[in-house]
Amino acid sequence: MRILDGAVNSGAVRASTWVMAAGTALKAIMMPTAEDIAAEEFSRVVERHRPQIFRFLLSSTRDVDLAETLTQECFLKAHRNWSGFRGDSSAMTWLMRIAINLQKDHWRNRRMQFWRTTRTNAVDLDEASEWLPSGESSIEQQLLARERVKQVWTAVKGLSERQRTVFLLRYVEEQELSEIAAATGLSEGTVKAHLSRAVGRVRLELGGKR
Amino acid sequence: MSGTEEQDDKMDRSTDNVDQRAAGAEDVELDEAIKSFKQSVDAWSDAAYGRPRTVEQTVRRRSWRLAVGWALGCVLVAGSVSGGLFERQHQIELKQRANRERAAEQQKQVQQQQARAQVTDEDLLSDVDSDVSRQVPSAMEPLAQMMSVDETK
Repeated sequence: MRILDGAVNSGAVRASTWVMAAGTALKAIMMPTAEDIAAEEFSRVVERHRPQIFRFLLSSTRDVDLAETLTQECFLKAHRNWSGFRGDSSAMTWLMRIAINLQKDHWRNRRMQFWRTTRTNAVDLDEASEWLPSGESSIEQQLLARERVKQVWTAVKGLSERQRTVFLLRYVEEQELSEIAAATGLSEGTVKAHLSRAVGRVRLELGGKR
Repeated sequence: MSGTEEQDDKMDRSTDNVDQRAAGAEDVELDEAIKSFKQSVDAWSDAAYGRPRTVEQTVRRRSWRLAVGWALGCVLVAGSVSGGLFERQHQIELKQRANRERAAEQQKQVQQQQARAQVTDEDLLSDVDSDVSRQVPSAMEPLAQMMSVDETK
């Protein structure tokens, strides 16, 4: 009887060990770790914001290859620092700030490396103006739209780095002044001033009065 | 208010209206231009974002340029370093040769001085010998000869 009890007990212990091991394994499968959650969150952020960051960098540089490279670098940097992102601002604002800094660094380095080939892949204004809004139907409308787009590109090209950034964030990315201020690290007043000068320049290019 | 003032007032108001209309038209034009610009950038960005990537080729070209740059840089550095070393070695050899030549010259001079000193002593001794061995001074030589002739007679 005692032997039987022992056999039963050892069987029960073995069974409970198996159950516990299976439970742990199941838990491991069912309950994702904090790292998994963070990785998943980050991949969602990439999926959502990558086109916007690329568009901003493309309009800033007019260089598809450079915009792609800077976008990659932006998300690489963001991935490295994702654990440090506290969520004080939106993820988009945070990413935009990284992109603006990367772009600044790029031009600064380029100026320093003056002995390097100065060739850039930036397209000229005519080529950039080839991309027309899809709504223009007649030839006259298309020509007019192309002319207008070229004029805006010309004005944007003549803007200072900050004015250009603020202008593109406001009118291409359609960000609020507070978001632009957060992304650029400027005060809202300074953003307004830069924006006003940029719009004045565009107006002047379009043939109006400042 | 007089009639002239009223006319002026009307004129001002109509000018203001014209300015406002012009400004409004300008703003409409500006809005249209910016809207077109945004749509154009969107279209370009969408097309560029979806295009096939050519990263590999670019990287290869860049890495090739980088390799050539590094190779040229290495050759330049190696050339300048070896040139400097060669020049330094050459200078050292020249100095050593000059030192050796100077030492040989000095040794030669010393030997010559010694030889000269030996020759002079020998000459002096032979002169003294000849002087001492002479029986009659040279000034008295004719007289001595005459005396010898008389003796024979």
